[in-house]
Amino acid sequence: MYKVKVYVTLRENVLDPQGNAVKGALHSLSYHEVQDVRIGKFMELTVEKSDRDIDALVKDMCEKLLANTVIEDYRYEIEEVVVQ
Amino acid sequence: MKFAVIVFPGSNCDVDMYHAIADELREDVEYVWHDVESLDEFDAILLPGGFSYGDYLRSGAIARFSNVMKAIKKAADEGKPILGVCNGFQILLEAGLLPGAMRRNHTLTFICRPVKLRVENNETMFTSQYERGEIITIPIAHGEGNYYCDEHTLQQLIANNQIVFRYEGENPNGSLQNIAGIVNEKGNVLGMMPHPERAVHDLLGGADGLKMFQSIVTYWRDAHVVTT
Repeated sequence: MYKVKVYVTLRENVLDPQGNAVKGALHSLSYHEVQDVRIGKFMELTVEKSDRDIDALVKDMCEKLLANTVIEDYRYEIEEVVVQ
Repeated sequence: MKFAVIVFPGSNCDVDMYHAIADELREDVEYVWHDVESLDEFDAILLPGGFSYGDYLRSGAIARFSNVMKAIKKAADEGKPILGVCNGFQILLEAGLLPGAMRRNHTLTFICRPVKLRVENNETMFTSQYERGEIITIPIAHGEGNYYCDEHTLQQLIANNQIVFRYEGENPNGSLQNIAGIVNEKGNVLGMMPHPERAVHDLLGGADGLKMFQSIVTYWRDAHVVTT
């Protein structure tokens, strides 16, 4: 069994209105050190082992559905877990 | 002429779309549930607004994997008119039938009010009844209508005259180049954020949307009805 963590964020050159609003709020709380805020999505997938390559599988899922690569970047971490 | 109004779980402008065709345009129209395999019996396909699949993940992201999307791709390849409004536009983008993607409105608010549009291209099967440069008033109702595409795609859209509608005056959502509606390269798939089906009678506040549906019928009659 695998635990897969997928992170999806807006691409760097795409304006993030939510992130900007949160940055403004942080500044108003006097956290002036904050340079930039990017808001994204975090997805945790539990994936059964099969004869298919897990890395290729997750990449495929990201490209096809989990991220819209026109405006979003994605990265993921795969962790193998032992079922108790 | 026979129109299909595709209904997804969460569509909510399907009834307005049906009303526009049946009662104002007075053409045949049917609701079509999202799991059908074939749309061969229809002459034009309408994807209505709403929140298909609750807008989960991204607007239109889940709907694009519906069974009916294969039939919609086939209809697109056959050159049939396909109109996606609001969530329908978002689905067409997610499905890759139109280029680009939607971001949250730059105001971060859901905006629901009439806006002014400029008809940039009246040489499409959807806009032939408008004048080029005509300013029309059509309502918008969306939280994610902030159109985006990369520079290369934008240049293609401009070069091929694929930008059909632009917001006139104030841009309500921050969309690139004030884009409100685009058509595919072939010219038979149109996506737009404003709702023409909500502007088909003076009682609704205006009838500027009716010409869009009349354009589709005119195109179809010219192509299919032989006059003697």
